[in-house]
Amino acid sequence: MTTTNIKAQIAARGYTAGEIMVATAAREIADGELVFVGMRLPMLAFLVAKRTHAPNAVGLYENGLIRETPSPQLLYTMADPPNLRGATQCGQMIDVMALLQQGRVQLGFLGAAEVDRFGNLNSTWGERHGKTQRLPGSGGACDIASLAQRTVVLLAHERTRFRQHVGYITSPGNGQGSGWRTAQGLPIRSGPSALITTLGVLRFGSDGEAFLASVHPGAGVENVLANTGWKLYVADKLEQTPPPTADELAAMRALDPNHFWTK
Amino acid sequence: MSKASKLMTMREAVAQHIPSGAMVLLGAQMEQMIPFAAGHELIRQGRMDLTLVGPISDILFDQLIGAGCASKVMAAWVGNVSAGVAYCFRRAVEEGLPRRVSVTDYSNFTMALALHAGALGVPFLPTYSTFGSDLLKKNDNLREFISPVNEEKLVAVRALRPDVAVLHVQRADEYGNAHIWGSLGVAVDGARAARKVIIVAEEIVAPEVIASDPNRTLVPGFLVAAVVHEPGGAHPSPVQGYYARDHAFFAEYHEQSRKLEDFDEWLERWIRRMADRREYLKQLGAVRFDALGVREHAFSAPADFGY
Repeated sequence: MTTTNIKAQIAARGYTAGEIMVATAAREIADGELVFVGMRLPMLAFLVAKRTHAPNAVGLYENGLIRETPSPQLLYTMADPPNLRGATQCGQMIDVMALLQQGRVQLGFLGAAEVDRFGNLNSTWGERHGKTQRLPGSGGACDIASLAQRTVVLLAHERTRFRQHVGYITSPGNGQGSGWRTAQGLPIRSGPSALITTLGVLRFGSDGEAFLASVHPGAGVENVLANTGWKLYVADKLEQTPPPTADELAAMRALDPNHFWTK
Repeated sequence: MSKASKLMTMREAVAQHIPSGAMVLLGAQMEQMIPFAAGHELIRQGRMDLTLVGPISDILFDQLIGAGCASKVMAAWVGNVSAGVAYCFRRAVEEGLPRRVSVTDYSNFTMALALHAGALGVPFLPTYSTFGSDLLKKNDNLREFISPVNEEKLVAVRALRPDVAVLHVQRADEYGNAHIWGSLGVAVDGARAARKVIIVAEEIVAPEVIASDPNRTLVPGFLVAAVVHEPGGAHPSPVQGYYARDHAFFAEYHEQSRKLEDFDEWLERWIRRMADRREYLKQLGAVRFDALGVREHAFSAPADFGY
Protein backbone atom coordinates (compact mmCIF):
# COMPACT_ATOMS: atom_id res chain seq x y z
CA MET A 1 0.00 0.00 0.00
CA THR A 2 1.26 3.43 -0.86
CA THR A 3 1.94 6.38 1.38
CA THR A 4 -0.89 8.18 -0.42
CA ASN A 5 -3.27 5.44 0.63
CA ILE A 6 -2.17 5.73 4.25
CA LYS A 7 -2.65 9.51 4.12
CA ALA A 8 -6.07 9.11 2.50
CA GLN A 9 -7.17 6.68 5.22
CA ILE A 10 -6.02 9.03 7.95
CA ALA A 11 -7.67 12.05 6.28
CA ALA A 12 -10.98 10.15 5.98
CA ARG A 13 -11.15 8.51 9.42
CA GLY A 14 -8.20 9.59 11.49
CA TYR A 15 -6.53 6.16 11.43
CA THR A 16 -5.58 3.28 9.11
CA ALA A 17 -7.06 -0.23 8.88
CA GLY A 18 -3.90 -1.55 10.54
CA GLU A 19 -4.23 0.94 13.39
CA ILE A 20 -7.77 -0.05 14.38
CA MET A 21 -6.67 -3.71 14.27
CA VAL A 22 -3.71 -2.96 16.53
CA ALA A 23 -5.84 -0.93 18.99
CA THR A 24 -8.52 -3.65 19.08
CA ALA A 25 -5.89 -6.34 19.61
CA ALA A 26 -4.24 -4.32 22.38
CA ARG A 27 -7.59 -4.22 24.26
CA GLU A 28 -7.66 -8.02 24.33
CA ILE A 29 -4.71 -7.89 26.74
CA ALA A 30 -5.66 -7.57 30.40
CA ASP A 31 -3.20 -6.02 32.79
CA GLY A 32 -0.82 -8.51 34.35
CA GLU A 33 -1.41 -11.24 31.78
CA LEU A 34 1.31 -13.41 30.23
CA VAL A 35 1.06 -12.88 26.50
CA PHE A 36 2.66 -14.80 23.65
CA VAL A 37 3.32 -11.89 21.38
CA GLY A 38 4.34 -13.11 17.93
CA MET A 39 5.16 -10.90 14.98
CA ARG A 40 3.89 -7.97 12.95
CA LEU A 41 0.66 -6.30 14.17
CA PRO A 42 0.46 -8.24 17.48
CA MET A 43 4.01 -7.15 18.29
CA LEU A 44 2.79 -3.57 18.04
CA ALA A 45 -0.48 -4.35 19.90
CA PHE A 46 1.49 -5.63 22.88
CA LEU A 47 3.59 -2.46 22.91
CA VAL A 48 0.45 -0.29 22.75
CA ALA A 49 -1.19 -2.23 25.62
CA LYS A 50 1.97 -1.82 27.69
CA ARG A 51 1.97 1.92 27.12
CA THR A 52 -1.76 2.35 27.82
CA HIS A 53 -4.01 0.10 29.92
CA ALA A 54 -1.82 -2.97 30.61
CA PRO A 55 1.51 -1.76 31.98
CA ASN A 56 2.02 -5.02 33.89
CA ALA A 57 1.47 -7.41 30.99
CA VAL A 58 4.43 -9.71 30.37
CA GLY A 59 5.51 -10.52 26.83
CA LEU A 60 6.83 -13.95 25.85
CA TYR A 61 8.59 -14.43 22.53
CA GLU A 62 9.37 -17.73 20.83
CA ASN A 63 13.10 -17.12 20.69
CA GLY A 64 13.11 -17.49 24.49
CA LEU A 65 12.70 -13.86 25.41
CA ILE A 66 10.60 -12.62 28.33
CA ARG A 67 10.05 -8.89 28.42
CA GLU A 68 8.09 -6.66 30.80
CA THR A 69 8.92 -3.27 29.33
CA PRO A 70 8.05 -2.16 25.82
CA SER A 71 10.89 -2.20 23.31
CA PRO A 72 12.34 1.28 22.89
CA GLN A 73 12.22 1.00 19.10
CA LEU A 74 10.19 -0.38 16.21
CA LEU A 75 10.81 -4.07 15.74
CA TYR A 76 10.99 -5.89 12.42
CA THR A 77 11.57 -9.23 14.14
CA MET A 78 11.22 -10.37 17.76
CA ALA A 79 14.99 -10.94 17.93
CA ASP A 80 15.96 -7.42 16.89
CA PRO A 81 18.62 -6.22 19.37
CA PRO A 82 16.43 -3.45 20.91
CA ASN A 83 13.94 -6.12 22.04
CA LEU A 84 16.65 -7.96 24.00
CA ARG A 85 18.28 -5.04 25.75
CA GLY A 86 16.62 -4.59 29.12
CA ALA A 87 14.61 -7.81 28.82
CA THR A 88 13.58 -9.73 31.93
CA GLN A 89 15.17 -12.92 30.60
CA CYS A 90 16.84 -14.13 27.45
CA GLY A 91 16.19 -17.83 27.80
CA GLN A 92 15.70 -20.71 25.41
CA MET A 93 12.70 -21.38 23.21
CA ILE A 94 11.83 -24.43 25.29
CA ASP A 95 11.60 -22.28 28.45
CA VAL A 96 8.82 -20.05 27.09
CA MET A 97 7.10 -22.99 25.40
CA ALA A 98 7.15 -24.74 28.79
CA LEU A 99 5.15 -21.85 30.31
CA LEU A 100 2.70 -22.15 27.43
CA GLN A 101 2.28 -25.91 27.88
CA GLN A 102 1.80 -25.52 31.62
CA GLY A 103 -1.26 -23.38 30.84
CA ARG A 104 0.21 -20.26 32.42
CA VAL A 105 -0.08 -18.12 29.28
CA GLN A 106 -3.45 -16.37 29.16
CA LEU A 107 -3.27 -14.98 25.66
CA GLY A 108 -1.52 -15.78 22.40
CA PHE A 109 -1.65 -13.76 19.19
CA LEU A 110 -1.54 -15.29 15.73
CA GLY A 111 -1.70 -14.37 12.09
CA ALA A 112 -2.74 -16.73 9.29
CA ALA A 113 -3.31 -16.89 5.56
CA GLU A 114 -6.74 -18.55 5.89
CA VAL A 115 -9.37 -19.20 8.54
CA ASP A 116 -12.55 -21.26 8.51
CA ARG A 117 -15.89 -20.90 10.34
CA PHE A 118 -14.55 -22.76 13.39
CA GLY A 119 -11.39 -20.69 13.65
CA ASN A 120 -9.05 -23.33 12.26
CA LEU A 121 -6.05 -21.65 10.69
CA ASN A 122 -4.01 -22.45 7.63
CA SER A 123 -0.58 -20.93 7.11
CA THR A 124 1.03 -23.89 5.32
CA TRP A 125 -0.72 -24.58 2.00
CA GLY A 126 -2.61 -21.75 0.30
CA GLU A 127 -4.60 -21.57 -2.87
CA ARG A 128 -4.60 -18.74 -5.39
CA HIS A 129 -6.30 -18.85 -8.78
CA GLY A 130 -6.81 -22.61 -8.45
CA LYS A 131 -3.09 -23.26 -7.84
CA THR A 132 -1.70 -24.52 -4.55
CA GLN A 133 0.84 -22.26 -2.96
CA ARG A 134 3.38 -23.28 -0.39
CA LEU A 135 3.29 -20.81 2.51
CA PRO A 136 5.94 -20.42 5.24
CA GLY A 137 4.27 -22.78 7.74
CA SER A 138 3.43 -22.85 11.44
CA GLY A 139 6.35 -21.26 13.20
CA GLY A 140 5.00 -21.24 16.76
CA ALA A 141 1.38 -20.74 15.66
CA CYS A 142 0.30 -24.36 16.09
CA ASP A 143 1.76 -24.40 19.62
CA ILE A 144 0.04 -21.16 20.62
CA ALA A 145 -3.28 -22.27 19.12
CA SER A 146 -2.93 -25.61 20.92
CA LEU A 147 -1.86 -24.39 24.33
CA ALA A 148 -2.69 -20.73 25.12
CA GLN A 149 -5.76 -20.13 27.26
CA ARG A 150 -7.11 -17.69 24.67
CA THR A 151 -6.03 -17.18 21.10
CA VAL A 152 -6.61 -13.98 19.14
CA VAL A 153 -6.04 -14.02 15.39
CA LEU A 154 -5.38 -10.98 13.21
CA LEU A 155 -5.91 -11.12 9.47
CA ALA A 156 -7.20 -9.22 6.45
CA HIS A 157 -10.92 -9.76 5.87
CA GLU A 158 -11.03 -11.17 2.34
CA ARG A 159 -13.25 -13.86 0.88
CA THR A 160 -10.23 -15.87 -0.29
CA ARG A 161 -8.96 -15.98 3.30
CA PHE A 162 -12.29 -16.56 5.08
CA ARG A 163 -13.12 -20.03 3.79
CA GLN A 164 -15.85 -22.55 4.51
CA HIS A 165 -13.10 -25.14 5.01
CA VAL A 166 -9.36 -24.70 5.12
CA GLY A 167 -7.38 -27.23 3.09
CA TYR A 168 -4.81 -27.71 5.83
CA ILE A 169 -5.08 -27.12 9.57
CA THR A 170 -1.80 -25.58 10.65
CA SER A 171 -3.21 -24.30 13.94
CA PRO A 172 -6.29 -25.90 15.48
CA GLY A 173 -9.30 -23.75 16.28
CA ASN A 174 -12.56 -25.40 17.27
CA GLY A 175 -12.16 -28.13 14.65
CA GLN A 176 -15.68 -29.12 13.65
CA GLY A 177 -17.47 -27.55 16.59
CA SER A 178 -17.83 -27.66 20.35
CA GLY A 179 -16.16 -30.54 22.16
CA TRP A 180 -13.76 -31.21 19.29
CA ARG A 181 -10.68 -29.74 20.95
CA THR A 182 -10.87 -31.85 24.11
CA ALA A 183 -11.69 -34.97 22.08
CA GLN A 184 -8.51 -34.37 20.09
CA GLY A 185 -6.45 -34.15 23.30
CA LEU A 186 -6.00 -30.38 23.54
CA PRO A 187 -6.08 -28.73 26.99
CA ILE A 188 -9.56 -27.93 28.36
CA ARG A 189 -8.72 -24.31 28.99
CA SER A 190 -7.58 -23.31 25.50
CA GLY A 191 -8.93 -22.21 22.13
CA PRO A 192 -9.85 -19.33 19.86
CA SER A 193 -11.26 -16.18 21.46
CA ALA A 194 -11.44 -13.59 18.66
CA LEU A 195 -10.66 -12.93 15.02
CA ILE A 196 -9.71 -9.30 14.54
CA THR A 197 -9.95 -8.37 10.89
CA THR A 198 -9.67 -5.31 8.69
CA LEU A 199 -13.49 -5.01 8.87
CA GLY A 200 -14.58 -6.18 12.29
CA VAL A 201 -14.27 -8.58 15.20
CA LEU A 202 -15.55 -12.18 15.17
CA ARG A 203 -16.03 -14.14 18.38
CA PHE A 204 -17.00 -17.74 19.01
CA GLY A 205 -20.33 -19.14 20.21
CA SER A 206 -20.86 -22.13 22.50
CA ASP A 207 -21.22 -24.25 19.34
CA GLY A 208 -17.62 -23.35 18.48
CA GLU A 209 -18.58 -21.35 15.39
CA ALA A 210 -17.48 -17.78 14.68
CA PHE A 211 -20.02 -14.93 14.65
CA LEU A 212 -19.69 -11.26 13.87
CA ALA A 213 -19.50 -9.42 17.19
CA SER A 214 -18.56 -5.93 16.01
CA VAL A 215 -17.92 -4.02 12.81
CA HIS A 216 -15.31 -1.32 12.44
CA PRO A 217 -16.72 2.19 11.82
CA GLY A 218 -17.70 2.54 8.18
CA ALA A 219 -16.99 -1.11 7.32
CA GLY A 220 -20.65 -2.16 6.94
CA VAL A 221 -22.20 -5.52 7.83
CA GLU A 222 -23.04 -6.35 4.19
CA ASN A 223 -19.44 -5.77 3.27
CA VAL A 224 -18.30 -8.12 6.05
CA LEU A 225 -20.73 -10.83 4.93
CA ALA A 226 -19.72 -10.42 1.28
CA ASN A 227 -16.09 -10.88 2.23
CA THR A 228 -16.71 -14.01 4.28
CA GLY A 229 -16.70 -17.34 2.45
CA TRP A 230 -19.46 -18.88 4.56
CA LYS A 231 -22.83 -17.78 5.91
CA LEU A 232 -21.60 -15.79 8.88
CA TYR A 233 -23.83 -15.41 11.93
CA VAL A 234 -24.27 -11.85 13.15
CA ALA A 235 -24.67 -11.09 16.87
CA ASP A 236 -28.14 -9.95 17.98
CA LYS A 237 -26.48 -7.02 19.63
CA LEU A 238 -23.96 -6.15 16.95
CA GLU A 239 -21.58 -3.50 18.17
CA GLN A 240 -19.40 -0.95 16.48
CA THR A 241 -15.69 -1.38 17.20
CA PRO A 242 -14.52 1.66 19.17
CA PRO A 243 -12.00 3.59 17.06
CA PRO A 244 -8.43 3.89 18.33
CA THR A 245 -8.11 6.47 21.10
CA ALA A 246 -5.67 9.34 20.91
CA ASP A 247 -3.46 7.56 23.47
CA GLU A 248 -3.45 4.34 21.49
CA LEU A 249 -2.64 6.13 18.25
CA ALA A 250 0.10 8.12 19.93
CA ALA A 251 1.63 4.91 21.31
CA MET A 252 1.63 3.07 17.99
CA ARG A 253 2.75 6.08 15.96
CA ALA A 254 5.63 6.71 18.34
CA LEU A 255 6.82 3.20 17.49
CA ASP A 256 5.76 3.02 13.85
CA PRO A 257 5.71 6.59 12.51
CA ASN A 258 6.08 5.50 8.89
CA HIS A 259 3.29 2.88 9.09
CA PHE A 260 5.62 -0.02 8.22
CA TRP A 261 3.23 -2.44 9.97
CA THR A 262 0.06 -0.34 10.33
CA LYS A 263 -0.85 0.22 6.70
CA MET B 1 49.64 -33.22 26.19
CA SER B 2 48.49 -29.76 25.28
CA LYS B 3 45.07 -29.32 23.72
CA ALA B 4 44.96 -28.80 19.97
CA SER B 5 43.50 -25.62 18.55
CA LYS B 6 40.35 -26.12 16.47
CA LEU B 7 40.70 -22.84 14.61
CA MET B 8 40.33 -23.10 10.85
CA THR B 9 38.93 -21.14 7.95
CA MET B 10 35.28 -21.41 6.93
CA ARG B 11 36.42 -23.10 3.74
CA GLU B 12 38.26 -25.78 5.74
CA ALA B 13 35.47 -26.25 8.29
CA VAL B 14 32.81 -26.79 5.62
CA ALA B 15 35.12 -29.02 3.53
CA GLN B 16 36.05 -31.21 6.49
CA HIS B 17 32.78 -31.41 8.40
CA ILE B 18 29.73 -30.91 6.16
CA PRO B 19 29.54 -33.44 3.31
CA SER B 20 26.74 -33.63 0.75
CA GLY B 21 23.77 -35.51 2.17
CA ALA B 22 24.37 -34.26 5.72
CA MET B 23 21.60 -33.18 8.07
CA VAL B 24 22.57 -29.66 9.12
CA LEU B 25 21.09 -27.48 11.87
CA LEU B 26 21.24 -23.79 10.95
CA GLY B 27 19.48 -20.75 12.39
CA ALA B 28 19.15 -22.18 15.89
CA GLN B 29 19.07 -18.69 17.43
CA MET B 30 15.99 -17.70 15.41
CA GLU B 31 16.31 -14.26 13.77
CA GLN B 32 19.64 -13.52 15.46
CA MET B 33 23.08 -14.88 14.70
CA ILE B 34 22.08 -16.87 11.61
CA PRO B 35 25.24 -18.48 10.18
CA PHE B 36 24.99 -16.94 6.70
CA ALA B 37 28.75 -17.16 6.07
CA ALA B 38 28.63 -20.94 6.58
CA GLY B 39 25.58 -21.28 4.35
CA HIS B 40 27.27 -19.30 1.60
CA GLU B 41 30.35 -21.51 1.81
CA LEU B 42 28.12 -24.61 1.47
CA ILE B 43 26.77 -23.08 -1.74
CA ARG B 44 30.26 -22.25 -3.07
CA GLN B 45 31.48 -25.77 -2.36
CA GLY B 46 28.50 -27.19 -4.24
CA ARG B 47 26.97 -29.32 -1.50
CA MET B 48 23.96 -31.38 -2.59
CA ASP B 49 21.12 -33.25 -0.92
CA LEU B 50 21.46 -31.53 2.42
CA THR B 51 18.68 -31.92 4.95
CA LEU B 52 18.15 -28.48 6.45
CA VAL B 53 16.96 -28.47 10.06
CA GLY B 54 15.92 -25.40 12.05
CA PRO B 55 12.85 -23.78 13.62
CA ILE B 56 12.93 -20.78 11.30
CA SER B 57 15.85 -19.74 9.18
CA ASP B 58 14.85 -16.37 7.83
CA ILE B 59 16.28 -16.28 4.29
CA LEU B 60 19.22 -18.66 4.73
CA PHE B 61 17.24 -21.82 3.93
CA ASP B 62 15.74 -20.01 0.95
CA GLN B 63 19.21 -19.30 -0.42
CA LEU B 64 20.45 -22.87 0.06
CA ILE B 65 17.29 -24.23 -1.56
CA GLY B 66 17.56 -21.75 -4.44
CA ALA B 67 21.17 -22.78 -5.02
CA GLY B 68 20.11 -26.43 -5.26
CA CYS B 69 21.97 -27.60 -2.14
CA ALA B 70 19.01 -29.13 -0.29
CA SER B 71 16.67 -32.03 -0.94
CA LYS B 72 14.84 -31.95 2.37
CA VAL B 73 13.72 -29.35 4.90
CA MET B 74 12.64 -30.09 8.47
CA ALA B 75 11.41 -26.79 9.86
CA ALA B 76 8.58 -24.88 11.48
CA TRP B 77 8.71 -21.89 9.16
CA VAL B 78 10.55 -21.05 5.95
CA GLY B 79 10.21 -17.47 4.77
CA ASN B 80 11.56 -13.94 4.97
CA VAL B 81 10.65 -12.74 8.46
CA SER B 82 10.25 -9.03 7.76
CA ALA B 83 9.15 -9.31 4.11
CA GLY B 84 6.98 -12.44 3.85
CA VAL B 85 7.27 -15.46 1.60
CA ALA B 86 10.47 -17.19 0.53
CA TYR B 87 10.34 -17.44 -3.26
CA CYS B 88 13.07 -20.06 -3.80
CA PHE B 89 11.41 -22.32 -1.24
CA ARG B 90 8.09 -21.91 -3.06
CA ARG B 91 9.63 -22.63 -6.49
CA ALA B 92 11.36 -25.76 -5.17
CA VAL B 93 8.25 -27.14 -3.45
CA GLU B 94 5.68 -26.09 -6.05
CA GLU B 95 7.64 -26.53 -9.29
CA GLY B 96 10.75 -28.55 -8.42
CA LEU B 97 13.03 -25.65 -9.39
CA PRO B 98 16.00 -25.86 -9.36
CA ARG B 99 15.28 -29.22 -7.72
CA ARG B 100 12.48 -30.76 -5.73
CA VAL B 101 12.58 -30.31 -1.97
CA SER B 102 10.50 -32.35 0.45
CA VAL B 103 9.24 -30.64 3.59
CA THR B 104 8.59 -32.14 7.01
CA ASP B 105 6.52 -29.55 8.85
CA TYR B 106 7.14 -28.94 12.54
CA SER B 107 5.92 -26.28 14.93
CA ASN B 108 8.55 -24.32 16.81
CA PHE B 109 7.85 -26.21 20.03
CA THR B 110 7.94 -29.67 18.44
CA MET B 111 11.24 -28.75 16.75
CA ALA B 112 12.60 -27.60 20.14
CA LEU B 113 11.39 -30.86 21.73
CA ALA B 114 12.93 -32.98 18.95
CA LEU B 115 16.31 -31.35 19.60
CA HIS B 116 15.82 -31.49 23.37
CA ALA B 117 15.17 -35.24 23.08
CA GLY B 118 18.30 -35.54 20.95
CA ALA B 119 20.23 -33.58 23.55
CA LEU B 120 18.89 -35.76 26.36
CA GLY B 121 19.72 -38.95 24.46
CA VAL B 122 16.14 -40.26 24.63
CA PRO B 123 14.09 -41.40 21.61
CA PHE B 124 11.18 -38.98 22.08
CA LEU B 125 9.52 -36.43 24.34
CA PRO B 126 5.79 -35.95 24.95
CA THR B 127 3.67 -32.86 24.35
CA TYR B 128 0.05 -31.67 24.14
CA SER B 129 0.85 -29.43 21.18
CA THR B 130 -0.26 -30.13 17.58
CA PHE B 131 -3.37 -32.21 18.48
CA GLY B 132 -6.02 -31.72 15.80
CA SER B 133 -3.54 -30.21 13.34
CA ASP B 134 -2.39 -31.51 9.97
CA LEU B 135 1.20 -31.25 11.21
CA LEU B 136 0.45 -34.22 13.45
CA LYS B 137 -1.23 -36.10 10.59
CA LYS B 138 1.50 -35.52 8.00
CA ASN B 139 4.74 -35.57 10.01
CA ASP B 140 5.75 -39.17 10.85
CA ASN B 141 8.02 -37.90 13.60
CA LEU B 142 4.93 -36.80 15.57
CA ARG B 143 2.87 -39.74 16.86
CA GLU B 144 -0.03 -40.06 19.26
CA PHE B 145 0.43 -42.42 22.17
CA ILE B 146 -1.15 -43.20 25.54
CA SER B 147 0.88 -42.13 28.54
CA PRO B 148 1.90 -45.16 30.63
CA VAL B 149 1.59 -43.15 33.86
CA ASN B 150 -1.89 -41.66 33.59
CA GLU B 151 -3.56 -43.09 30.46
CA GLU B 152 -3.63 -39.64 28.89
CA LYS B 153 -3.31 -39.12 25.14
CA LEU B 154 -0.08 -37.34 24.19
CA VAL B 155 2.03 -36.60 21.13
CA ALA B 156 5.46 -38.23 20.99
CA VAL B 157 8.05 -36.05 19.25
CA ARG B 158 10.85 -38.19 17.84
CA ALA B 159 14.39 -37.10 18.72
CA LEU B 160 16.48 -35.39 16.06
CA ARG B 161 20.25 -35.80 15.90
CA PRO B 162 21.61 -33.52 13.16
CA ASP B 163 24.99 -34.52 11.73
CA VAL B 164 26.26 -30.97 12.19
CA ALA B 165 25.05 -27.85 13.98
CA VAL B 166 26.55 -24.54 12.89
CA LEU B 167 26.23 -21.85 15.57
CA HIS B 168 27.23 -18.23 15.21
CA VAL B 169 28.36 -16.83 18.56
CA GLN B 170 29.77 -13.62 19.97
CA ARG B 171 33.00 -15.08 21.27
CA ALA B 172 34.82 -18.36 21.67
CA ASP B 173 38.27 -19.60 22.54
CA GLU B 174 40.31 -21.62 20.06
CA TYR B 175 39.05 -24.86 21.65
CA GLY B 176 35.43 -24.06 20.94
CA ASN B 177 34.24 -23.01 24.40
CA ALA B 178 31.67 -20.42 23.39
CA HIS B 179 29.84 -17.50 24.97
CA ILE B 180 26.43 -16.66 23.55
CA TRP B 181 24.05 -13.98 24.75
CA GLY B 182 20.90 -12.45 23.35
CA SER B 183 18.56 -14.67 21.38
CA LEU B 184 19.16 -18.33 22.27
CA GLY B 185 16.30 -20.16 20.57
CA VAL B 186 17.27 -23.84 20.32
CA ALA B 187 21.05 -23.30 20.26
CA VAL B 188 21.85 -25.02 23.56
CA ASP B 189 19.91 -28.19 22.76
CA GLY B 190 21.01 -28.03 19.14
CA ALA B 191 24.67 -28.13 20.12
CA ARG B 192 24.09 -31.20 22.30
CA ALA B 193 21.78 -33.00 19.88
CA ALA B 194 24.17 -32.65 16.94
CA ARG B 195 26.97 -35.13 16.34
CA LYS B 196 29.35 -32.30 15.48
CA VAL B 197 29.33 -28.56 16.19
CA ILE B 198 30.96 -25.81 14.15
CA ILE B 199 31.34 -22.57 16.09
CA VAL B 200 31.56 -19.36 14.06
CA ALA B 201 32.71 -16.50 16.27
CA GLU B 202 32.80 -12.73 15.97
CA GLU B 203 35.84 -12.77 18.25
CA ILE B 204 38.38 -15.33 19.36
CA VAL B 205 39.33 -14.71 22.97
CA ALA B 206 41.69 -16.28 25.51
CA PRO B 207 40.30 -19.29 27.43
CA GLU B 208 40.51 -17.13 30.59
CA VAL B 209 37.91 -14.74 29.17
CA ILE B 210 35.47 -17.62 28.64
CA ALA B 211 36.25 -19.12 32.06
CA SER B 212 35.64 -15.74 33.72
CA ASP B 213 31.90 -16.09 33.07
CA PRO B 214 31.06 -19.80 32.86
CA ASN B 215 27.27 -19.25 33.04
CA ARG B 216 27.53 -17.67 29.63
CA THR B 217 29.40 -20.69 28.21
CA LEU B 218 26.50 -22.36 26.42
CA VAL B 219 28.64 -24.69 24.33
CA PRO B 220 31.57 -26.52 25.95
CA GLY B 221 34.51 -26.93 23.62
CA PHE B 222 34.65 -30.74 23.79
CA LEU B 223 31.45 -30.85 21.70
CA VAL B 224 33.01 -28.67 19.03
CA ALA B 225 34.75 -29.94 15.89
CA ALA B 226 35.82 -26.60 14.40
CA VAL B 227 36.09 -22.96 15.36
CA VAL B 228 35.94 -20.32 12.65
CA HIS B 229 36.82 -16.68 13.28
CA GLU B 230 34.42 -14.85 10.99
CA PRO B 231 33.56 -11.26 11.97
CA GLY B 232 30.37 -10.15 10.24
CA GLY B 233 29.56 -13.77 9.46
CA ALA B 234 25.91 -13.45 10.48
CA HIS B 235 25.07 -10.42 8.30
CA PRO B 236 22.28 -9.53 7.41
CA SER B 237 21.00 -11.04 10.69
CA PRO B 238 21.98 -9.25 13.91
CA VAL B 239 24.49 -10.18 16.59
CA GLN B 240 23.66 -8.67 19.98
CA GLY B 241 26.38 -6.23 20.99
CA TYR B 242 28.08 -6.37 17.56
CA TYR B 243 25.74 -5.29 14.76
CA ALA B 244 22.10 -4.63 14.03
CA ARG B 245 19.81 -6.40 11.58
CA ASP B 246 20.20 -5.09 8.04
CA HIS B 247 16.46 -4.80 7.36
CA ALA B 248 17.03 -3.29 3.90
CA PHE B 249 19.08 -6.31 2.84
CA PHE B 250 16.14 -8.62 3.61
CA ALA B 251 13.79 -6.35 1.65
CA GLU B 252 16.23 -6.22 -1.30
CA TYR B 253 16.60 -9.98 -1.26
CA HIS B 254 12.82 -10.32 -1.27
CA GLU B 255 12.60 -8.32 -4.49
CA GLN B 256 15.62 -9.96 -6.08
CA SER B 257 14.49 -13.51 -5.39
CA ARG B 258 10.97 -13.06 -6.75
CA LYS B 259 12.01 -14.29 -10.22
CA LEU B 260 14.31 -17.24 -10.82
CA GLU B 261 16.63 -15.32 -13.18
CA ASP B 262 16.94 -12.41 -10.74
CA PHE B 263 17.75 -14.84 -7.94
CA ASP B 264 20.47 -16.48 -10.05
CA GLU B 265 21.99 -13.06 -10.57
CA TRP B 266 21.78 -12.37 -6.81
CA LEU B 267 23.46 -15.72 -6.12
CA GLU B 268 26.30 -14.94 -8.54
CA ARG B 269 26.76 -11.45 -7.13
CA TRP B 270 26.60 -12.15 -3.39
CA ILE B 271 27.81 -15.73 -3.08
CA ARG B 272 29.40 -17.47 -6.06
CA ARG B 273 31.63 -14.58 -7.13
CA MET B 274 32.78 -13.95 -3.55
CA ALA B 275 35.86 -15.91 -2.42
CA ASP B 276 34.91 -15.61 1.23
CA ARG B 277 33.13 -13.50 3.83
CA ARG B 278 35.80 -10.81 3.72
CA GLU B 279 35.03 -10.18 0.06
CA TYR B 280 31.31 -10.20 0.76
CA LEU B 281 31.72 -7.53 3.44
CA LYS B 282 33.95 -5.50 1.13
CA GLN B 283 31.28 -5.60 -1.53
CA LEU B 284 28.62 -4.67 1.02
CA GLY B 285 30.77 -1.65 1.84
CA ALA B 286 32.38 -0.44 5.03
CA VAL B 287 29.97 2.48 5.29
CA ARG B 288 26.91 0.26 5.17
CA PHE B 289 28.31 -2.31 7.59
CA ASP B 290 29.58 0.36 10.00
CA ALA B 291 26.13 1.94 10.04
CA LEU B 292 24.83 -1.31 11.56
CA GLY B 293 27.37 -1.12 14.39
CA VAL B 294 26.51 -0.58 18.04
CA ARG B 295 25.55 3.06 18.63
CA GLU B 296 25.23 2.85 22.37
CA HIS B 297 26.91 0.08 24.34
CA ALA B 298 25.00 -1.57 27.17
CA PHE B 299 27.36 -3.76 29.17
CA SER B 300 25.96 -6.10 31.80
CA ALA B 301 27.10 -5.68 35.38
CA PRO B 302 30.02 -7.98 36.15
CA ALA B 303 29.16 -11.15 38.09
CA ASP B 304 31.50 -11.92 40.95
CA PHE B 305 32.76 -15.51 40.79
CA GLY B 306 35.08 -14.92 43.74
CA TYR B 307 35.06 -16.91 46.95
